[in-house]
Amino acid sequence: MKRIQLLPFGKIDDALVADLSADLARVFSVSSEILDARLDPASAYNPERGQHSSTQILALMSAHVTPAAWRLLGITPFDLYIPVLTFVFGEAQVGGACAVVSAHRLTQEFYGLPHDPDLLRARLLKEAVHELGHTFSLSHCEDYECVMASSHAVERIDLKTSRFCPECRPKVFAVVGS
Amino acid sequence: MSKANLLIVDDELSVRDSLGKWFREEGYDTSVAESAHAALGQMAEHHFDLALVDIKMPGTDGIELLHRIHEVDPEMVVIIMTGYASVETAVAALKDGAYDYVSKPFDPDDIAHTVHNALAHKRSDQENLRLREAVAKASQPHALVGQSAAMRVVFEAIETVAPTEATVLITGESGTGKELVARAIHAASPRRYNPLVVIHCGALAETLLESELFGHEKGAFTGAQYRKKGSFEIAEGGTTFLDEIGDISLKTQTDMLRVLQEHEITRVGGNHPIHVDFRCIAATNRDLKSLIEEGKFRPDLYYRLNVFQIHIPPLRERRNDIPLLADHFVRKFAASMNKRIDGISVAAMNRLTQYDWPGNVRELENAIERAMVVAQGPQLGEKEFVLRGNQAERTHRRLEDVERAHILSVLEECNGNQTMAAEILNIDRVTLHNKLKKYGWKKTDKTANVL
Repeated sequence: MKRIQLLPFGKIDDALVADLSADLARVFSVSSEILDARLDPASAYNPERGQHSSTQILALMSAHVTPAAWRLLGITPFDLYIPVLTFVFGEAQVGGACAVVSAHRLTQEFYGLPHDPDLLRARLLKEAVHELGHTFSLSHCEDYECVMASSHAVERIDLKTSRFCPECRPKVFAVVGS
Repeated sequence: MSKANLLIVDDELSVRDSLGKWFREEGYDTSVAESAHAALGQMAEHHFDLALVDIKMPGTDGIELLHRIHEVDPEMVVIIMTGYASVETAVAALKDGAYDYVSKPFDPDDIAHTVHNALAHKRSDQENLRLREAVAKASQPHALVGQSAAMRVVFEAIETVAPTEATVLITGESGTGKELVARAIHAASPRRYNPLVVIHCGALAETLLESELFGHEKGAFTGAQYRKKGSFEIAEGGTTFLDEIGDISLKTQTDMLRVLQEHEITRVGGNHPIHVDFRCIAATNRDLKSLIEEGKFRPDLYYRLNVFQIHIPPLRERRNDIPLLADHFVRKFAASMNKRIDGISVAAMNRLTQYDWPGNVRELENAIERAMVVAQGPQLGEKEFVLRGNQAERTHRRLEDVERAHILSVLEECNGNQTMAAEILNIDRVTLHNKLKKYGWKKTDKTANVL
């Protein structure tokens, strides 16, 4: 059975994770569940940068992949990075099982603005669908409304939708439906 | 489809891997190399559009690799990466031909834009080069046709003067192709990518000509509803061709003298001088020296214009160009009219070469066009040509006149060589000499000016 498993780590709002789980099940037309397992991200922390390495998080997550896990999505409030970039919103194993997203830079508070739970929910869904899209071997899409459009700034995330464009959608659902 | 082929060169594995993966997700075909040696090896195997090169690497560093890359592929875009931003190294990289310089870690949006812009810049450069080549090809002075000695002098003059900034005065009868020569000079000059503005001075009334040449301010005169740039301003960086310069009034000549001297214009109704960068080519079918003597043309303007003079001989002085020109026009009109006409009959061509063409090349072109319109068969025959003016006279010309015209024509073809001309005419040299003496031909005359 195809199932998206969500693995929260760090102090993250349970309701936000629950909403994301429901939203992902709807987007991909598969079931989803939130795992109780605990992931310790300490080894991925870089004290010089004050950030966690998303690549190392993905390596840690691999230990939690079970036969029941079709896709495993990590969700964290920690700020993530890869060595050459100042930050990433998330990272995925292209064509693999694991992906991780960070809510750190998706909150309005990060930009000095009042808390907006609906906007955060929408942004987190887009980033989660985007990273899971990479696990289906999709690369970035030129259609700025497609969820697979590259988004290196939060304004670009707000510009796109949580849907796959007509070109990307069949590629995803060829895998989902198989 | 891949956006482009990228090569990432960095001795740090984590940088290569993370950046490579990140750019692959962005839709680029990405290869990685751990050293300059490995990078050059990959370049020998594959084509890359852009390289991201770390400045500090053991052995050959980023700046040296930048040089080697450009030796192999001068069009490849190189962006230098460094862990420590410093103005000195940034300046060194940019001076050595790097497109840009980025400090690690990069803001994702910034690096995405830098790479995107660099590739857009490269494509734009390539497109610009293609367009320049196309423009250069399209602006070739192909319409200037001729192989006579007189036209060879014209071609050499164009070649000599075109690359300079010298003002050129083109003289010649109406229809000889003065504008074509001006266009050829512009097309072969460094100003060729900027405008060539043509003003037919004789066609405009004095006030209108001033407005055309110098522009006008809004409200300068009745009907001046908008500010308008003049020809000298429009030709900024290019060439202004002033045709029929001998027809302008003394007042406009005074204004024009100032423009040529100062390279400044003042719009009609305006107060402020505006600097203009243009090259001037002027042309006339009139004898400017006679006009000066008559007080109708300013001598100082004449000397300002007559820096380099090109005289285009009338068609009757270069009859051996007529078949070449006629064939050229037949091909031109056959293509534009979509008619299958191969050429001109021998009899018709003889008639064309004997005719004096008072309207010069323009008249010949018009005659061919008319003949092409009415022609039914695959060749233009005598009946298709209606030559103006002296047709009746020609029909009833005396034998002596025909002989004279023919002998002098042959002599011109032989560049004045009487022995060669006598051989062609199948008469002995003494007979030819006697006939030339009878016609008043002098050996010192230039054959180009005899007929």
